[in-house]
Amino acid sequence: MRKAISYVTVAGMLFFLFAVAGALPQLYDPNSPAARHVSPRYIEKSHEEIGSANYVTAVLADYRGYDTLGETTVIFTAGVVTVMLLRTGLKRKKL
Amino acid sequence: MNRDFGSIVLDTAFRYLVPFILVYGVYVLLHGEESPGGGFQAGALFGIAIIIARLVQGEKCELNIPGNAAVVLGGLGTFIFGFIGLLCIFFGGNFLEYGVLSFLPEPQRHTLGILGIEIGVTICVMATIITIYDALTRREVSL
Repeated sequence: MRKAISYVTVAGMLFFLFAVAGALPQLYDPNSPAARHVSPRYIEKSHEEIGSANYVTAVLADYRGYDTLGETTVIFTAGVVTVMLLRTGLKRKKL
Repeated sequence: MNRDFGSIVLDTAFRYLVPFILVYGVYVLLHGEESPGGGFQAGALFGIAIIIARLVQGEKCELNIPGNAAVVLGGLGTFIFGFIGLLCIFFGGNFLEYGVLSFLPEPQRHTLGILGIEIGVTICVMATIITIYDALTRREVSL
């Protein structure tokens, strides 16, 4: 019974995955929404809005600053988790 | 020269490599707005410089950040990023809206704000690389 439920769930998720992936815009499509709305705005306005000569930095640090803050937090979390896992193991072995 | 390992080849290569890596890291950090690069890459370069120093000269090397200090530095870097974001709220803008930081000169506000958060990212990435290296290579010490 549980196996049947999991098979049905996996089949349903696969169906949704392929349905959604088929509806996504093609890669490098110049008429995709991202290429029509977001990219021209960054290219035309970022110099006067941000004053940075590099679009990538303007997007990374200003338009999407939250994203970069999240990335930094993820990296810091990775370091802290490494310390928590490896160092406590050493201490316990000694006791 | 009272070390367990290391040779004249390693010492010479170290002496020529590390200054260039450090200078290149500073360049990547400061020119992040105008050329490819930025905080993550600069942090990786600084971290690699210190890992090379540890690999060549051992744990008592001159150019070193101890593991415990590296954890604190990683938190400090993340804090700098968040603090600059909160500072923009205190000056009456949105989170990470650098245009309201009135103590900075007018045309460069966004650029200096970006530089500030890039410094935070650099410190965090550098310290995290050193932290992971230190945690992986730490020996059991008899306290």
